[in-house]
Amino acid sequence: MQKFLKSLKQGIAASVLLVAAIANVQTVVAQDDKTLLGAGSSFINPLFSKMFADYNTKTGIQVNYQSIGSGGGILQLTNKTVDFGASDGPLNDEQTTKFGVPVLHIPQASGAVVVTYNLPGDNNNLSLTPDIIADIYLGKIKSWNDTRITSLNKGVNIPGLPILVAHRSDGSGTTNIFTNYLSKVSPEWKTKVGSAGAVNWPAGLGGKGNEGVAGLVKQTPGAIGYVELIYALQNKMDYAKIQNKKGKFILPSIASVTAAGNVTLPPDSKIFITDTDAADGYPISGFTWVLIYQEQNYNSRSKDRATKLLKLLWWNIHEGQAFTEPLNYAPLSKEALKVAEKILKSATYGGKAIL
Amino acid sequence: MDDQKLKIKAKNSYGMIRAESIFKRSLIGVGIAMVVLVAGLMVTLIIESLPSMKNLGIKYLWGRTWDPVNNVYGALPFLIGTLLTSFLALIISIPFSFAIAIYLGEYNPKGWLSNFLKNTVELIAAVPSVIYGFWGLLVLVPLVRSLEMKVGVLPYGIGIFTASLILAVMIIPYAASLGREMIRLVPSQLKEGAYSLGATRYEVIKNVVIPYTKSGLFAGILLSLGRALGETMAVTMVIGNTSMIPDSIFGPGNTMASVIANEFTEADHTLYLSALIELGLVLFIVTVIINMIGKRIIQRFTNE
Repeated sequence: MQKFLKSLKQGIAASVLLVAAIANVQTVVAQDDKTLLGAGSSFINPLFSKMFADYNTKTGIQVNYQSIGSGGGILQLTNKTVDFGASDGPLNDEQTTKFGVPVLHIPQASGAVVVTYNLPGDNNNLSLTPDIIADIYLGKIKSWNDTRITSLNKGVNIPGLPILVAHRSDGSGTTNIFTNYLSKVSPEWKTKVGSAGAVNWPAGLGGKGNEGVAGLVKQTPGAIGYVELIYALQNKMDYAKIQNKKGKFILPSIASVTAAGNVTLPPDSKIFITDTDAADGYPISGFTWVLIYQEQNYNSRSKDRATKLLKLLWWNIHEGQAFTEPLNYAPLSKEALKVAEKILKSATYGGKAIL
Repeated sequence: MDDQKLKIKAKNSYGMIRAESIFKRSLIGVGIAMVVLVAGLMVTLIIESLPSMKNLGIKYLWGRTWDPVNNVYGALPFLIGTLLTSFLALIISIPFSFAIAIYLGEYNPKGWLSNFLKNTVELIAAVPSVIYGFWGLLVLVPLVRSLEMKVGVLPYGIGIFTASLILAVMIIPYAASLGREMIRLVPSQLKEGAYSLGATRYEVIKNVVIPYTKSGLFAGILLSLGRALGETMAVTMVIGNTSMIPDSIFGPGNTMASVIANEFTEADHTLYLSALIELGLVLFIVTVIINMIGKRIIQRFTNE
């Protein structure tokens, strides 16, 4: 018995050591001065990959970006394991309190959400108004031959199919922008559902990712769904013209999305540009931001590293913008660029401006 | 000279004994590390779900609303979705897996056909689940949709039933392989005895083989069920992902594993994250309970 106890004790000691060794590994973070670390939004990942590869050939600085989702990027920045985060939505109140110190939001590019559908016949680019979309997603308009839809689209062949609503099942920036838009245009949506990366949908089926929603829509005649503009363009899907605040029906395109961001922005750029005031702007769009600490002297970071980070971000919003359109992202508007420059200049190291 | 040899021999055998005890200790160490790991898992789940437990209390378990915007979380729709898909899948898969087990274990235990069948069945278990998801979405969903049109329910194509079908295919190999091994272990004296008494092959299977292998067959079912409860990817692609309690087996729903996988990465406030982790805890506990009940039933069978 004694012997057994002894070996048991040793066994426990051994296993504790083992566990401790495993736990130790994760505290080691790369502090190589030629590599910057970033994490977050998967939406912006294709653009960032291209930008950072080009930046690497020009400057020799490597940027290691993990596309783990906006929420994950914010968490990693909170834990100070990355130099910057990237998010499709501004920080919410709880996240801001968790940081405790000022965090800068620097817009990088805009994306848009398009309303796509599957109707037999020739009916690409149907016209839809905000309240029709809201009522479809609230489950109040149930059929495609509803007079509100047909009277808007006279002369277009619309079959009388029941509407199947498709939405994202995973939490996403796309859903955040879409529900933010619906909350702005429909008071009923705002009180009943609200806006977030994932909501309690009053109607419809969920698909995982853009491809999941697209799959549901493609397979089901009569289905309606929402996907990122990039995804719709690349997959040649039908999408709707949507009436904006000024009453114009706008087809989603890179130009109309950039136009949506060409409005007076608040100095911190923390705003959803959905339901934009711009006359030619597509109403369901939003920025993707890079997030950094305003005070860059934390965790015994070197000034050199902070400067490298700021230079990279400056390059992103200037030369880097050349990569947006070939990849179907909307570049920053003039207004947005002005605000972004000002925000970058407000970053400090030990209280002194870096740029 | 002899003395020297003896000393070396003694030294050698001392080294052997030391090696033995080190070996034994490391075995115990690894064993305990496993226990620590499971306990650590449980503790982490509990600690991380504390905010949700404090805020939502026990009514989390039977709440019907899952609303991340207003911070109202109820796990009931997903609990029902998980149990419904898993047990439905089990019911669909049992006839197939037992048929395979009996055929490969009793009728055709050797030869190329048997080997070919056996390997094919085992391959089913090796295919990654996302492939089943794709196959389900592209092939099974249209089939189910046309079935639903004939039955006269809303032809979504995706939903609880489709998810159960996919799961059923995925879990067949578990019960089948274990069942086959068990059936091959039945002592031939028993079977020969039965034959000599004039029993037909069917009677031998019914009265000798099945009763003898009951506990093994049941263990196979349990293994299948465990797999079905935790399956995420294939399910999430075909179940419809709505946080409502399914109104029929053709309706859309969601499972606990699928909700966690879908919403975890973008859960942006503490209570939301915590509610998702508590969902993981519930899934963990459900699995443990079902395993414990299963073990008890197996014991009862074997004691008979």
